[in-house]
Amino acid sequence: MPNFIDRRLNPQDKSLGNRQRFLKRAREELKRAIKEKIKSDKIADVGGRHSVAMPIRDTNEPSFQSARGSGERQFILPGNKEFVPGDRLPKQTGGGGASGTGAGIGGSEDDFQFVLSRDEVLDLFFEDLELPDMVKLNLKETVAFKSRRAGFATTGTPTNINVGRTMRNSYGRRIALHRPKRWQVEALASEIEKLEGGEKPEAARKRLKALREEMERLERRRKRIPYVDPVDVRFNRFEAQPLPNASAVMFCLMDVSSSMGEREKDLAKRFFVLLHLFLKRRYERIDIVFIRHTHEAHEVDEETFFYSTQSGGTVVSTALEEMLRIIAERYPSNEWNIYAAQASDGDNMAGDSEGCASLLQAQVMHLCQYYAYVEIIDERETEIFGMTDNGTSLWRSYRTVTEKWQNFQMTRIAKPADIYPVFRSLFAKQSTVQLRS
Amino acid sequence: MNSGSTSTLLFQGSDWNFEKISRAYDAIEKIALDELKLDVYPNQLEIISSEQMLDAYSSVGMPLMYQHWSFGKRFVFEEHTYRKGLRGLAYELVINSNPCITYLMEENTMAMQTLVTAHAAFGHNHFFKNNYLFQQWTDASAILSYMEFAKKYIAKCEERHGSAAVEAILDSAHALMEQGVFRYRRPPRLSSEKVRERTRDRLEYEEQTYNDLWRTLPSAADGDSDGAERDAQERKKKLNLPEENLLYFLEKTSMILEPWQREILRIVRVIAQYFYPQRQTKVMNEGCATFVHYTIMNRLFDQGKISEGAMLEILQSHSSVVFQPAFDDPRFPGINPYALGFALMQDIERICTEPTSEDRDWFPGIAGGGDWRDTLLDAWANHRDESFILQFLSPALIRKFRLFKLTDQANQNFCEISSIHNESGYEEIRAALARSYDIGANQPDIQVVDVDLLGDRQLRLQHNVKNGVLLDEGSRDETLRHIRHLWGYDVSLTGMDAETGTTMYECSTKQTAA
Repeated sequence: MPNFIDRRLNPQDKSLGNRQRFLKRAREELKRAIKEKIKSDKIADVGGRHSVAMPIRDTNEPSFQSARGSGERQFILPGNKEFVPGDRLPKQTGGGGASGTGAGIGGSEDDFQFVLSRDEVLDLFFEDLELPDMVKLNLKETVAFKSRRAGFATTGTPTNINVGRTMRNSYGRRIALHRPKRWQVEALASEIEKLEGGEKPEAARKRLKALREEMERLERRRKRIPYVDPVDVRFNRFEAQPLPNASAVMFCLMDVSSSMGEREKDLAKRFFVLLHLFLKRRYERIDIVFIRHTHEAHEVDEETFFYSTQSGGTVVSTALEEMLRIIAERYPSNEWNIYAAQASDGDNMAGDSEGCASLLQAQVMHLCQYYAYVEIIDERETEIFGMTDNGTSLWRSYRTVTEKWQNFQMTRIAKPADIYPVFRSLFAKQSTVQLRS
Repeated sequence: MNSGSTSTLLFQGSDWNFEKISRAYDAIEKIALDELKLDVYPNQLEIISSEQMLDAYSSVGMPLMYQHWSFGKRFVFEEHTYRKGLRGLAYELVINSNPCITYLMEENTMAMQTLVTAHAAFGHNHFFKNNYLFQQWTDASAILSYMEFAKKYIAKCEERHGSAAVEAILDSAHALMEQGVFRYRRPPRLSSEKVRERTRDRLEYEEQTYNDLWRTLPSAADGDSDGAERDAQERKKKLNLPEENLLYFLEKTSMILEPWQREILRIVRVIAQYFYPQRQTKVMNEGCATFVHYTIMNRLFDQGKISEGAMLEILQSHSSVVFQPAFDDPRFPGINPYALGFALMQDIERICTEPTSEDRDWFPGIAGGGDWRDTLLDAWANHRDESFILQFLSPALIRKFRLFKLTDQANQNFCEISSIHNESGYEEIRAALARSYDIGANQPDIQVVDVDLLGDRQLRLQHNVKNGVLLDEGSRDETLRHIRHLWGYDVSLTGMDAETGTTMYECSTKQTAA
């Protein structure tokens, strides 16, 4: 009967460390590859798995190798059909020498694609992006606790006994107090046994008596000094550690009115998908609220937000009002970090833009950590507007907001390739000090 | 399960469980030990998942391995080919240790578990225990504890010196792994953990008490030399030059390495040495294991212990393992060691029991001797691939494989067929095939020939060029840079024709770095 060991339950991912080391080494090249890929791929695929060509630079493992096309080399090959000694085979052109027919040493190991997991892709993708600092956290009460190991205690529940510590103490105490060891007792016992069995001259009897006394002394001592004493026992101590409240809610506001064509909607969606992924990654717990609006605003689910269509006029302020309503209802700002992103083509009903600006100034910006406004413009318009303050009424009124609030950002997008850089500039790591001031 | 008197089958159906495997193991063991007279280490069968098999692959088949990015790269590669279905995973993996550890994949069917148990736990196991190379050059009982030490030691180094520093040393050491084995003299035994502990303590003590002042003492006034020639001789003798084991030389002689770096070089060297016998006995080792499983499975079937369905599955797997595509087949990967090894073993059995007159001419010693078991046991114990092929490749087998020899000279624009499977070609083909399995002869022979420790400290290497086969220049220069990294000073390499002694090329890190 062999010795069986079932290893299937062993921890998996034994080579995770190696994989991470490898990725670290190839990081720069992978990053470049992924960005290229994502530029060309559909944005919704960002979150999926990606295969990337194996980077060769930096991950080469050189060693002394014989050169292919030099000297005289001999091969033994199986499967001769018609050759007779003296036959000559022309070499393949292209410097390959006999590698075509030669022993199968070909096939570069480096020449393959490998798959990055979703996490690894996003890690590379969102590297050095950060949500604008959570200013409010400092002001807010902490509500969550997490228990954390914190040393040892002399009291506790039996489940938390730390056996290692306990036995160490017990061992030290036993040594210090000279607790008779088991082998000492056993040696004594066996000697007594031997003496009892044999003849009993005077000396032996005396010795036996002495031994018995000694034995009794040892036994007593062993009883008096227990193997494990209550003073030895140690427990793992846990401490409740207050956790900063890291729950956040993201409001995604999008104009779906008829002025938003397919192209605009597509760009907006791409932006939100990216945002969605980014947020999911940064926060353990994040709520996302989708609000779409025409001349009236509705909270919708993700599916509807991204994929269904609706037509109507455009009143942006309705979306802001809806957002305020939801905040008041479900997300009290002292418990939640509130972020908002709004995408629009900039069209708005006459007179409403000023309303939006004042709504933002008066209420919304007091509640929000960060507010990003993305305006989707025509490609031809980029040249006209550029970075000027001209533009739609909404853009102009929002300019007044961004002057007053540092955590209000606005930007324009004209083509898919803009999205990622814009996204990066919106969420680039900013020094927190500035925001707090 | 009604294992009543009606059925002598060891198992039915394709699902396995520990009880079935253990029953099959006992039956296999009986045949292996009593009939084939195998002699094995105690077995330890471990069941693993495919994920874990990939892990084991990438850490060169060791259950414990230190961490390095190149294993991650290998893992990524293996995973990729596996997921794509380009290549299946091995059904088993066996480690030359005592007890002998065999990994069985959980996906295997019961028939496959039986097959691989016979293959690995008895075939490979017997070979590991009895082959002279393994006996002399590896220490099966010490390897696992050594690997555990290595893993911990390198992890400790990473903590103390940073993973970048450790990685740099490992990179350089890996580049020299092939040049890190003793080919001719026997490597020292792995010292026990205690001895290593003592050595490390001593090194640490030396580190702590190192006094830079000693270095500034003038060396003893040496009498004026009567010629640099004699000095060089003296120097070489002192350093034990020429030295073929570059890693060993660097570990012992390099002046810039710290004790922990030397220890890491030593670890890499020990691992390279441990695998050296395996690389020299690929054909024999696989041939032995395949022959053993084939024989045992057939015996079990004859005894009525395996059902016909299971036997068909086993044969199907067996025949795909020993499949040898011809040279012009797109699937041709080189000569399949399983196919060649198995054919050689079977051929020996045939020669022993029913020799032809040709066999009697070629193998007078064993032909018709009848006892193929003893012949095989003897061959497994006392040969490596090269000597085994040279001794036992029969004309019949050359004809069966239709082997032919192709000569490729760099300065000609054609390859020539120099021998085929005919009367005049047998000997030449046999010798050439044997040569192609001689690792010592096929790998570039690079040795340390000189170093002037008092002068510019340039390390001089010499490549003995055989048959005009040079080194690939790109990887050569990169490898030289790695040697320079370990040596700390410039390194030069001279290519010398092994026969004529003329210099074929020279290169140095001085030029390549510029």
